[in-house]
Amino acid sequence: MSIVHAHTVLIVAAILFVLGLAGVLTRKNIIFMLLSIEIMLNAAGLAFVAAGSRWQQPDGQVMYLFILAMAAAEVSVALALVLQIQHQHKTLDVEELKELKD
Amino acid sequence: MQQYLYLIPVLPLLGFLVLSMAGKHLSRNFIAGIGAGSICTSALIALIISAGFLQSPPETGAYTQVLWHWFLTGHLSADVSLRMDALSLVFICIITFIGALIHIYSIAFMREDRDYARFFASMNLFVCAMLTLVMADNLVLMYLGWEGVGLCSYLLIGFWYETPANYRAANKAFVITRIGDTAMIIGLFLLFKELGTLYIPDILAKAPQQFGSGSTTITLIALLLLSGGIGKSAQLPLQTWLPDAMAGPSPVSALIHAATMVTAGVYLIARMHTLFELSPIAMQVTAIIGAVTLFIAGCSAMVQTDIKRVLAYSTISQIGYMFLALGVGAWSAAIFHFFTHAFFKALLFLAAGAVIETLHHEHDIFKMGGLRKKMPVIFYTFTIGAAALAALPLITAGFFSKDQILWYAWSANGGHPVLWTLALLGAFITAFYSTRLILVVFWGDMKTTPGHLPGPAMVVPLVILAFFSIAVGWIEWPHNLLHVSLFSEIVQQALPATTLKSNLPPEIVFQLIAVGVSLLGIYTGYVLYYGQSELLMRWKQSEGLMSVRHFLFKGWKFDQLYDILLVRPFLFITRINKSDVSDKLYTAIADANLHLNKLFSISQNGSLRWYVTGVLIGILFIITLQLLL
Repeated sequence: MSIVHAHTVLIVAAILFVLGLAGVLTRKNIIFMLLSIEIMLNAAGLAFVAAGSRWQQPDGQVMYLFILAMAAAEVSVALALVLQIQHQHKTLDVEELKELKD
Repeated sequence: MQQYLYLIPVLPLLGFLVLSMAGKHLSRNFIAGIGAGSICTSALIALIISAGFLQSPPETGAYTQVLWHWFLTGHLSADVSLRMDALSLVFICIITFIGALIHIYSIAFMREDRDYARFFASMNLFVCAMLTLVMADNLVLMYLGWEGVGLCSYLLIGFWYETPANYRAANKAFVITRIGDTAMIIGLFLLFKELGTLYIPDILAKAPQQFGSGSTTITLIALLLLSGGIGKSAQLPLQTWLPDAMAGPSPVSALIHAATMVTAGVYLIARMHTLFELSPIAMQVTAIIGAVTLFIAGCSAMVQTDIKRVLAYSTISQIGYMFLALGVGAWSAAIFHFFTHAFFKALLFLAAGAVIETLHHEHDIFKMGGLRKKMPVIFYTFTIGAAALAALPLITAGFFSKDQILWYAWSANGGHPVLWTLALLGAFITAFYSTRLILVVFWGDMKTTPGHLPGPAMVVPLVILAFFSIAVGWIEWPHNLLHVSLFSEIVQQALPATTLKSNLPPEIVFQLIAVGVSLLGIYTGYVLYYGQSELLMRWKQSEGLMSVRHFLFKGWKFDQLYDILLVRPFLFITRINKSDVSDKLYTAIADANLHLNKLFSISQNGSLRWYVTGVLIGILFIITLQLLL
């Protein structure tokens, strides 16, 4: 089994992060934006795991567990909000949801 | 008795307090009793104290009474303390005595008025303020009285405030006198800065040591004080308020705008005589203002048709004589003229008020006529007053005082032939318009039928005043005729004697000229106004003369002049500066904030994508910053 270098994993994490970011910036549907945020969170988690393995420390994996828990909590709240948005505005298009404009 | 000095101003004050607080619930008789009673009692006390003063003059030359300590700030301490010396004695007697007579007259004159209590309350407050003015021993307390009389004058001119012309006249009087008062208070500040005291005897003692004769500071102070006097005494160029002030009831005109308040300027200058003597320029200015005013106002009095306006212009003119006398250094002559003038001018105003009321509020003299038989008492008293005004020789009080002023206008140290000529012209004019007034009002055909004749409460004060208008002259004779000079002996305890020039022509020449001019004035009036004068008819045809008449009638168009010089430019500036320029700074700050707010609120557009981009840019910015530093 060949050793995967930490910086290779970091590059993958960076690519994932940029993909997620691009998704948040470009997607119109809120559900897809949430998915993109999940991808960004996972990119951050991957970077933690890579760093943990590089310095042989458990902290990286501990942090990943935290991120996992937080992502689960976030998704539950966010999905509830999405349901309410769909219920009240009959749309999930962020372009339409501009009520907080000044 | 001198421990009761404080009662003289306090009694009118009590009267004012009672009437202003409880006046609505009191019966008319009770109001009259308090209003007139307070002044009469105070007059009685004043007479008793004066008699004591004259019998045994105090060594210091004055009775003083410190009532309480008013305030003390820094070096300025002011007491509420009264001082009665020979000069204030004359003023106190006039104010209380004539005030009492006028109050008694007012009981009957105002009886129909619904604001009976308000009238007497204001009158009492006026007497109190005027007494404070003349009895104050420091200039701060004097200024309190000075402003107090101004306030009461305002209240009483606008007494019938429902008529717009009346409250406008009140405002005009208040604003114009305020100009003089402002100059005066600056003068007081300057005086305090230079001498460190406002206690009058201290000022008079310190001033000659502190200032050289004719120094700039003393001239400035004297001129500023003079400005205050000019405003209050309606002299040129602040004389325009007095004719309009006749909007008030006749007793008010008699008390405030003839006998007492308008002579406050004379009192101020006489009281501060040391300062004026140190400044020859201020003395000259005083004399010139007096001489020019007496001429200008006299000319206007000749052509007025409203009986009270004739008297108002004549008052301005007579106060002009007093200023002239003060200016040439004839102190006691000025005070003597004040003394006689108070009697005969109060008499004229009260008699005019009686005529006006009997003729159902008719003011126009050419609508009166023929009242000689109908109202004999008023006719005789009015004639005595007018004769005193015209300075009918040897009989009337006006002759003695005016003759003195005419003589000193030439012969005193500050005298000058030009001043004398103007005063002589004024004497001619005065005699002329007095005759015109009598002939037009009391002779000829009756044009308005008289109503109720005035009752005893109005007639008795007139008779008393008429008696004094004749008798008070005899206490001071010209030196070359009779050695009676009771008045100047009293006054010279407080004021310096007049110094004369050398190499003068004999006094009798001047007296004969003055007598001749007065008689000539009376004769001219007789020729022009007795019956139908053809000359007058012919003059009325001439357009040039009529325009001159109109010019004089409007009081030399001073109102129009001030309108063009001051009012219109002011209104013009206010019009172009409607949105105040100095406000621009503050509105600019508010505007800038509003614009910034708009600028930033663009960013709050509700687009989630935009916010994310913002966050991203922020993070990138911080990271870049950290990498760079």
